[in-house]
Amino acid sequence: MPPRLFVGVDVGSLSTDLVLLNDQGKVLSEIIIATGVNGAEAAEIAFDEALSETELTRGDISAVTATGYGRASVAFATGKTTEISCHGVGAHQLFPNTGTVIDIGGQDSKVIQIDARGRMLDFTMNDKCAAGTGRFLEVMADRLELDLGELSNPLNLEGETAPISSTCTVFAESEVISLLAKHTPREQIVNGLQRSIVNRIWSMVTSIGVQGEVTLTGGVANNKGLVLLLEAQLGRPVNVPDNPQIVGALGAAHIALKGYSQG
Amino acid sequence: MSLAKSLKFKFMKDYGAPALLTFQNFKKRKPRPIPEAFGPPLKANQRLKEILTRHYFLSRYVPGVKKVAWVTSGAPVELLRAFDFYTIYPENHSALVGAKKQGADYCGIAESDGFSQDLCSYARIDLGHMLSGKTPAGKLPKPDLLFCSNNICQTVLYWYKAIAHELDIPLIHFDAPFVTTQQTEADVRYMAQQLQDMIPVLERISGKIFYLDDLEVILKRSMESSQTWGTILKEMQAKPAPMTIFDAFGHLAPIVSLRGLPVAEDYYHILLEEVQDRVARGIGAITEERYRLIWDNIAIWYKVRYLATFFAERKMNFVSATYTNAWAETTGYLDVKDPWNSMAKTYGQIILNNNLKHRLDLMKSMINDYGVHGMVMHSTRSCKPYSVGQFDLRKALNTELDLPAVILDADIADERVWSEQQIQTRLEAFCETLEDQVSAT
Repeated sequence: MPPRLFVGVDVGSLSTDLVLLNDQGKVLSEIIIATGVNGAEAAEIAFDEALSETELTRGDISAVTATGYGRASVAFATGKTTEISCHGVGAHQLFPNTGTVIDIGGQDSKVIQIDARGRMLDFTMNDKCAAGTGRFLEVMADRLELDLGELSNPLNLEGETAPISSTCTVFAESEVISLLAKHTPREQIVNGLQRSIVNRIWSMVTSIGVQGEVTLTGGVANNKGLVLLLEAQLGRPVNVPDNPQIVGALGAAHIALKGYSQG
Repeated sequence: MSLAKSLKFKFMKDYGAPALLTFQNFKKRKPRPIPEAFGPPLKANQRLKEILTRHYFLSRYVPGVKKVAWVTSGAPVELLRAFDFYTIYPENHSALVGAKKQGADYCGIAESDGFSQDLCSYARIDLGHMLSGKTPAGKLPKPDLLFCSNNICQTVLYWYKAIAHELDIPLIHFDAPFVTTQQTEADVRYMAQQLQDMIPVLERISGKIFYLDDLEVILKRSMESSQTWGTILKEMQAKPAPMTIFDAFGHLAPIVSLRGLPVAEDYYHILLEEVQDRVARGIGAITEERYRLIWDNIAIWYKVRYLATFFAERKMNFVSATYTNAWAETTGYLDVKDPWNSMAKTYGQIILNNNLKHRLDLMKSMINDYGVHGMVMHSTRSCKPYSVGQFDLRKALNTELDLPAVILDADIADERVWSEQQIQTRLEAFCETLEDQVSAT
């Protein structure tokens, strides 16, 4: 009997991520593409890419769990779960001692507490505002004429920081403009922006509390400077997955697997 | 008072209003189909609609017949009733505008006049109404008197001051000291004295003489209506609960705005009878009630249907709310034999004028009495006194009772603050936690 296969697809505001698992929980394929204007179509493309990579057909897949903002639009999904539960499960799979997940996504950020089995106990999310999200960094990268990779340069923790006092994306952008006008070095502005995000995340972390190991997920975890700052603030190291963007999809695939095996 | 106007008011009361209601029932469109997740609707809904339609309809014919007062929801209206004021509740009217999804329009009018977007949306809608005359209720009478109490918030005082200034009319403010630990005798004396000092002012504005006997009759009615309302809410302890808290948000209108009048007293007997009958026959508000929830804070008026359906489809029913409970919580203090002190105790200790410890204890006992599995807290930009402290309450309830809870950042009547996608994700994640926890036990 061929192994049963499971898919998790996370249709986020910026990227659509897909993970294909076998029934032992081994990852066979990971796909990340831009969501663009049509989430449903992005999910289809990611699915087809994963299938062609592994030389499988849709008929070979036993169950698909969709998550992320576009979860309702995924036609081939057999179930849907919020990205909050999925990030909890995904982080637990990668780092089993995780008790706290900090997910900084494109459109929102969240802090999730999970139990020893990866089940969500409590969570908090940013309010209707782009402060402390990937979108904030994108806007600033654009303004600074840097790409996101350049924006993630590890900062010198002792070095000078240009203060960005506003957490509002629009106001912070004005601050960046005036700092540039004053010929403030870009590295200092980058430091200031990273601090601004960490401050915003920190208020969510303190509102819910930290327990167990901390795992950082979502695309913004690729920002090395931000990770350093967050670790300094937490006073302990954080787990950063090799591919932090895929954690939601990984969790979704595991939820599909678990749901299937429980019948 | 003109005789012609009085005759017209009487005619409208006896013939006009009944004719309007008959006409409305006649032209009534086919009712919207009820989603399968819901049980049969309450029959009392029809009566409630009639009462409110009649109240707003008659208010047009009131000027020149009775003096009109605009009153805040927590003010001791019984005193005004002794002078036969026709009362309008701007908060109820703003909730109505919100429920009709017109809040943003009215708020916009107030904002163009310079009022801040951070001001309570009930206030902005009311100011928008005052500035434009717009209302979904046809026409509202201009007030002769404004009557407010800071027992619900400080905003009402400045909101009513703005109206008093614009319309050049008197404003009476009932100052209720905040209960930081417990109400003191000095607080009670201070409030009771204020109430008595209002008598000559009210006599002058209304042109009527005060009789203590009248006040006693009104207080008795008020007390009975509130107690009946409290009994109705207690019936929701039954499993399944005979109505949802979303129903109760609507049925709250008479106890808020018609308190002390016979119509409210009669209405709650009708509703109680129906609710008790449903309990006896095991009829639930939703078809299958697997989880029982509690709501904190004022309703999100423009999303009541959305939220009711969202939860009913997941077999979740709201069986209690701190908000609906507020008009039953302190009426036990009312005493017709001691009107002044008992009004001071009743109105001085309502939930929004009481400390956080009180609120925590109250919520704990409600969660226990109503067999609650989870809590939804609406953090509303409009009502700071209600929303401040919710994070601490949530933490305390989560730690002490292991109660899953979610906080929704929204607004009572300004729909521009609503972000459906974000709210939906939060609510679904909350449901996932709740289902996990309840199935694990």
